[in-house]
Amino acid sequence: MKMLISFLSGLVFGLGLLISGMNDPQKVRGFLDIFGAWQPELIAVMGAAVVVFFVAYRFGLTRKQPVFSDVFHTPVLTQINIRLVMGAVLFGVGWGLVGLCPGPALVDVFSFDASVMWFVAAMLVGNRLAHYFVGPTK
Amino acid sequence: MWDEIAGGLLIGTAAAILWLGIGRISGMTSVLSSVFAWAEAKRRWAYFFLAGLVLAWPFYQVLGYEPVIHITTNQPLLIVAGLLVGFGTYIGNGCTSGHGVCGMGRLSVRSGVATVTFIFAGMITVAVMNFFETSQIVGVQP
Repeated sequence: MKMLISFLSGLVFGLGLLISGMNDPQKVRGFLDIFGAWQPELIAVMGAAVVVFFVAYRFGLTRKQPVFSDVFHTPVLTQINIRLVMGAVLFGVGWGLVGLCPGPALVDVFSFDASVMWFVAAMLVGNRLAHYFVGPTK
Repeated sequence: MWDEIAGGLLIGTAAAILWLGIGRISGMTSVLSSVFAWAEAKRRWAYFFLAGLVLAWPFYQVLGYEPVIHITTNQPLLIVAGLLVGFGTYIGNGCTSGHGVCGMGRLSVRSGVATVTFIFAGMITVAVMNFFETSQIVGVQP
């Protein structure tokens, strides 16, 4: 059941990215182009998603455990440190260069577009480089 | 505008399904890292999430729609950007989904700081690239 829930969540997440146009790098770069031809529409994607998850999370707080698992795996990190900010800056620069963040990049794999493939491959390498040279957050 | 809202509602619903269903945060960065951790049973859910995510494209086509993408970035820049995104999201413990949607939805200050930072960094990057392009100092393709 956990597997089915995970699969379903991934599928719905992917459809949301496709319907919203968040999977199109050109649209994302238009959103980031605040000093140029700014296209602010994508704010609505994050806004709507945050509101739904806010409600779901609040509801979850009233429950002892998830429906198909024993425990809510609530994130434990709360520190705001140089590692967090450096990570966000590096990610933001990479995001701005192409217009792809991890979710949309993965959703676009089935386009079989060579550019997407190069980006995803490099993203996986970047993830492993950070894992081996920096390591997980303690 | 309605497409963006509908898509956002679906993304929020997907995050809600995973949280209330199995108590996991739907963060793409953790999904990426979990791909390399098959041996850890507690992270295996990510494989099924990833399968659903990737199959959304063909499923969308079955529903009668055709997804579109426009990328004009040259290959060296694609690779640099991919490395930065993979590396940055790993050390920052999240991206647009984990920090931007779930973290913000939990009202996490840490995620708020991360989200504002990466959006701002992205905006500066696009602005700098456009500046170089319009002033034709170097031939950067947008």
